[in-house]
Amino acid sequence: MALSEFPRLGFDPFLELRRMQSEMNRLFSGYGFAAARDFPPINISLGENRVLVSAELPGVTSGEVTLNLQDDVMTLEGKREPKAQENANWQRRERAYGSFSRTVQLPFRVDAEKVQARFHNGILEVELERRESDRPKKIEIRAA
Amino acid sequence: MAQEVTSAAQNPPAPASLERASNRPVFVPPSDIYETRDNIVVLAEMPGVGPDGVDITLERRVLTIRGRSSAVERAGYQRVHSEYAHGDYERVFTLSENIDRDRIEATLRDGVLHLVLPKAETARPKRIELRTS
Repeated sequence: MALSEFPRLGFDPFLELRRMQSEMNRLFSGYGFAAARDFPPINISLGENRVLVSAELPGVTSGEVTLNLQDDVMTLEGKREPKAQENANWQRRERAYGSFSRTVQLPFRVDAEKVQARFHNGILEVELERRESDRPKKIEIRAA
Repeated sequence: MAQEVTSAAQNPPAPASLERASNRPVFVPPSDIYETRDNIVVLAEMPGVGPDGVDITLERRVLTIRGRSSAVERAGYQRVHSEYAHGDYERVFTLSENIDRDRIEATLRDGVLHLVLPKAETARPKRIELRTS
């Protein structure tokens, strides 16, 4: 849109609107899911008798997160503190700080002894295994 | 002091108006920027990006941050619930101060990029002594 429909006015009243539109597009370009989302965002993947829960936790170390497991409910809790120096003059604050907690209901009961959790580049991955007693049993049918 | 580039006159067209070659999503990393007496510090959240996936350029006062996520889908699993996606990160800032580009420090820790940009000698506040005659 290079040409304005208002050449006689000497200014384009829609220039500012278009600028705002592109600014809005930029602002929302990162949010493909929901505008206000829970922290941390969680992905859940299912495998055979296994479930993988991953959460985006940039800037959080393993000591700052606690994982609680009860039957098939997993709770992820922690706190993220700003690590800025004193006498800092803030230009921009977009990262969220404070306590967070997410509770996930897993599709089956898991074995608390066989949980593997690790951090990799700010993504927490928790791998949980289905309880032996909770697994589906295959029943052979004998021909009479 | 560090503002985002918005005016179209001094920039190539906004990334949103162009189509990308790859169909991976590109996110705007949430960032904190603060200024101390000697430095401008930028903290950008880029979960999933490894140290070899970061690309930072400073041209005049335009700082471009790019991150390529190295996170991969785990084999043997099927996604059943999704709140975030793997993708790349890109953001451009215009800095108001001149930066001493030889002493820029960049570290990537737990998915957060720490960028320490030391202000150039000329941009630092100078105390002017008043001489009494």
